[in-house]
Amino acid sequence: MARRIVVITAGLSRPSSTRLLADRLADAVSTEVSARGESAEIEVIELRELAQDLATTMTAGGMPTGSVQRARDLVSSADGLIAVTPVFTASYSGLFKMFMDVLDTDAINGMPVVIAATAGTARHQLVLDHAMRPLFTYLRAVVVPTGVFAATEDFGGGEGGGALANRIARAASELAALVVAESGAVAGFAASADELVSPRRRRSGTAVDTDVTDFETLLGELGQ
Amino acid sequence: MQIGVFSVGDVTMDPTTGRTPTEGERIEAMTRIALKAEEVGLDVFATGEHHNPPFVPSAPTTHLAFIAAQTQRLILSTATTLITTTDPVRIAEDYAFLQHLAGGRVDLMMGRGNTGPVYPWFGKDIRQGIPLAVENYHLLRRLWREDVVDWEGKFRTPLHGFTATPRPLDDTPPFVWHGSIRSTEIAEQAAYYGDGFFHNNIFWNMEHTAQMVNLYRRRFEHYGHGAADQAIVGLGGQVFMAETEAEAKKVFRPYFDNAPVYGHGPSLEQFTEVTPLTVGTPEMVIERTLGFADAIGDYQRQLFLMDHAGLPIEVVLEQIEILGKEVVPVLRKEFEARRPAHVPSDPPTHASLVAEGPESTYHLVAPARATAAAAATTQS
Repeated sequence: MARRIVVITAGLSRPSSTRLLADRLADAVSTEVSARGESAEIEVIELRELAQDLATTMTAGGMPTGSVQRARDLVSSADGLIAVTPVFTASYSGLFKMFMDVLDTDAINGMPVVIAATAGTARHQLVLDHAMRPLFTYLRAVVVPTGVFAATEDFGGGEGGGALANRIARAASELAALVVAESGAVAGFAASADELVSPRRRRSGTAVDTDVTDFETLLGELGQ
Repeated sequence: MQIGVFSVGDVTMDPTTGRTPTEGERIEAMTRIALKAEEVGLDVFATGEHHNPPFVPSAPTTHLAFIAAQTQRLILSTATTLITTTDPVRIAEDYAFLQHLAGGRVDLMMGRGNTGPVYPWFGKDIRQGIPLAVENYHLLRRLWREDVVDWEGKFRTPLHGFTATPRPLDDTPPFVWHGSIRSTEIAEQAAYYGDGFFHNNIFWNMEHTAQMVNLYRRRFEHYGHGAADQAIVGLGGQVFMAETEAEAKKVFRPYFDNAPVYGHGPSLEQFTEVTPLTVGTPEMVIERTLGFADAIGDYQRQLFLMDHAGLPIEVVLEQIEILGKEVVPVLRKEFEARRPAHVPSDPPTHASLVAEGPESTYHLVAPARATAAAAATTQS
């Protein structure tokens, strides 16, 4: 079964160093998933193409446009995410945050994620751990330990370039391990899958959840 | 098919003149809209309920009683009554009293409200929104259906030996709709009691509306109230009309572009394509509205929003005139022509509920419980 990896990239220029980093991460994740005997399908969401739709969604009382709806479904149905943003004014870009803001709060429960960012100078690198990581933790995603930060100089050769390649490979390996891992009961340790605490269900929020709680149960909980 | 208008009661500046009506003018305008609705042959006027500016309708039964005194056949309703933050005892008494004044021309639509601070202002917790709606409405049904109520719950002080007065007109409580845009629990609630479900779709795409309505229909059947296509459904709509589409768009565009909720966001064209908003000729409105039944099945009540975004009252009255004279007669005929015989044309009215008699399941607090109990007896 192919593992679906969705890349969210928030670069604005074309070509952008953010997309460049996103592509290198995607290639590395593909390689690492293949090395574990599975194939990976990569799908890229260029947030620049959604910029107007995101603004429209926010000013239309939260009703998502068709493109936003498709992007939300894509994200929630993924097996793993690669999220890459440029650093703007000491944080992730506004465009990146707008996309995160239109996701359902249950959209990426338990989702393996690699966080990555680009900037003109390495002085911004703590954005990964002070802004990106808490954002994904709030959404109950599983962020791999290695975050990938690339300053402009890291795209050159020498020490910086080599170190970036290493970080990409390490993050990709960490993500691949989570993406191919099977979850569920291990024979002999739990009598049945029911004994495990099930994780919160993931949902994109675009479709109405028709699996409703019976009304007698709701009344019963209130003693009525 | 019942067709009418519903008003949010917002006090909004007219963007073309810069003038904002006073609260008094806005209340007067809402009254004139209701009277116009009766004059041109519409069936329903429904008022919103809000407890914060820029909205005026904080006392719906006061207003509806005033309108009832000046009308003969108009059904007076709400859109919505705040079941979360209003004491169910007040709702039971206020609306039973209104029934007596209005000769039964009353129904109401329950909603949870969408203004966060209203909950703490009324001593409630917004995180308990759904449980509040569940408990309060169940108590409301008991207050209307049991002469003496002994009750204890989670959110209100207990009642022992309590009788809500006056008793509902002809011992027949007003018909209730439940309005919700996204909460499946509310569709489930409407289905459980066999009440109506109203989806205020004016800011939503039809695919979403259809999912909510279909859920309600499926559960209505599950609880034994009839077939899914016999469930009682209402929808919203938003229109602006002129002799040509170009003229309608020219006049309405500044109001659209500056409207609360969606102003300065999507274009009129984008919004028209996705939501029920129709800006054009009466024929376009007829075609669009008939299309709703294709999307969600034959339904029983259609309410149009005609008076928001700062539109001057003269323009609104003219719009309701066009609606009543050119649109509604055709809609009635066409909806009737497409409706299968077993699907009700109208939602229950006071007269139809009284005609069902005192033994009707309508008088049970929880008809689904009786159905389930009867099924259990048959099996054993």
